[in-house]
Amino acid sequence: MGLLRYAFTRVLLTIPMVLILLTVVFLVLHVMPGNPVLVILGGRNVPVALIKEYEHRLGFDQPIYVQYLKYLWGVVHGNLGESFSTGMSVSSQIALHLPATLELSFSGLFIAALIGVSTGVWAALRQGGVIDQVLRFTHIGTYAIPIFWSGLMLQMVFGIFLKWLPTGLQLNPVAAAFFQPITGFVVLDTLLHGNFALFGQALLHLLLPAFTLGLALSGLVGRVTRASLIEVLDLDYVRTARAKGLPARLMVLKHALRNAMIPIITVVGIQFAILMGGAVLTEAVFSWPGIGSFLLQSIKARDFNAIQGTVVVIAVLIATVNLIVDLFYALVDPRVRFS
Amino acid sequence: MVDAPNGSRVAVAPLAAWLGRRRVLVAGIILVGLVLLVTLLAPWIAPYSATAPGADRLAAPGAAHWFGTDQLRRDVLSRVIHGGRIPLEVAFTSTVLSLMIGAALGWLSGYAGGRLDRTLSLIMDALYSFPALILAITIVAMLGPGVFNMVAAIAIVYIPTYFRVARGQTLKVREEAYVEAAQALGARGVRVLRFHIAPNTLTAIMAIVSFNIADAILTEAGLAFLGFGLPPPTPDWGFDIQNGQAFLQSGYWWLITFPGLAIVVTSLGFNLLGEGIGEAIGPQG
Repeated sequence: MGLLRYAFTRVLLTIPMVLILLTVVFLVLHVMPGNPVLVILGGRNVPVALIKEYEHRLGFDQPIYVQYLKYLWGVVHGNLGESFSTGMSVSSQIALHLPATLELSFSGLFIAALIGVSTGVWAALRQGGVIDQVLRFTHIGTYAIPIFWSGLMLQMVFGIFLKWLPTGLQLNPVAAAFFQPITGFVVLDTLLHGNFALFGQALLHLLLPAFTLGLALSGLVGRVTRASLIEVLDLDYVRTARAKGLPARLMVLKHALRNAMIPIITVVGIQFAILMGGAVLTEAVFSWPGIGSFLLQSIKARDFNAIQGTVVVIAVLIATVNLIVDLFYALVDPRVRFS
Repeated sequence: MVDAPNGSRVAVAPLAAWLGRRRVLVAGIILVGLVLLVTLLAPWIAPYSATAPGADRLAAPGAAHWFGTDQLRRDVLSRVIHGGRIPLEVAFTSTVLSLMIGAALGWLSGYAGGRLDRTLSLIMDALYSFPALILAITIVAMLGPGVFNMVAAIAIVYIPTYFRVARGQTLKVREEAYVEAAQALGARGVRVLRFHIAPNTLTAIMAIVSFNIADAILTEAGLAFLGFGLPPPTPDWGFDIQNGQAFLQSGYWWLITFPGLAIVVTSLGFNLLGEGIGEAIGPQG
């Protein structure tokens, strides 16, 4: 199978995944108890006629399969419906919140890779030794810590006691009020404005949430790095390089790590789902205005269309990342296409 | 006949030596045992009531209150001791439920094959690829807060984990000679699955239970932290951290530190236990 054909099949395979998740969430929201109309109208003593009118206006009086097909039709056309609570279009609200989440997730991923790969390499080079043992416990420890708690602890130490870093939001409230977004990515926009003081401020705000998220994922990256590097170090060409007298450090960096990167990147790609779950909690702790915060707001307001839309967007995001990782994998390792 | 003391020494020495080589397993057993013991004995070992107010409001940790008190004058240590009951109950129940449903579907899917297998696999893969916490939040948000609803939500999100392992193992075991032999002797359908395939997939399935409990405890903590757990005043680590968050800016560090440490110890214990079990039973492919 050629690479293009593999890519095409792989793209087609993401469609059922998104469709299934959309259907599950639709069923969860529409079949399970809880009347959103009552929540919108806010209370128990609402006249029946008014409830009926709202149900009609929102389309809840139609059979469930009609509602489902209508929703599906909208999603295919990029229309996620209107938010019940704000009346704004769900897609535009998500578009408003998405950059903050992407900024947080990718910087979290970067930190996870930084900590994970370096500690993983260290553990692999000291295989079986005390450092290896300590790092193993540390790696397991990082995913035993609830992410919202490590976020709060970092906030407490660096934000409240030491007062080195801000404890929430993307910018100071005053700066945020005057801030003109260009792309929506605050760190990028401050650079585009050429405002380096604000850029620094944005980076400082990003530091704690990104580190919280990165730390949670670093253990897994570290373990895969260790395992994958140990495997590669035992391969013939590495042993040849070693026999020829190449210093150990240089050999790891030049030969082994490059090949060990493939499984590492794959695992990081798969962990993107965990990253998104962690982002919701991290955003809640740091008042980060991303789609995780938007999802929690929507859940509190029982805003069905907004909840549904957010889940669909997260599913598409995860499917896209998995797709990119798979294609990258196929590009680097020709064996994939034939299996 | 070997006399009793001598006999028991013979049996104990190799076990001790075996455990001595399995430090991860031992660490896991100790941590999990400690948490279970404290939770079970909570009514007897907690120094104060977990819900009734005492004398001091927001008292720092000291001789009278080792972990301090909260804004409602409750003893934090007592709340931490009692606070594990809900997370452990939810984690155990939901893990058992998702194991039973997931494994049953996995066996069926792997054994039957065909269209059923393709459909089920597609659904399970889709659910598996989605963040468990976000799915659980969505489900529990619609069902409403509460222990039963948390169990249902967490059970649903972990079904695919067991489905994948059970199905994968079934596909492998199905090709074994002894299954073929049983079929040649006339065993059919459910009987082959029940007596020849399912039992041989159990080791691999049980190997992930401990990790799953650790994961479920973190998910429960996340749900409770976000306010989807039990209403107050029931002690629950995740919820107590949310409660303490409001007082963090004023420097009351003990409200969040101790319940959080309890979650870490519990989750770390089950993770180490899982690692240790995995080491002990060897690689499962």
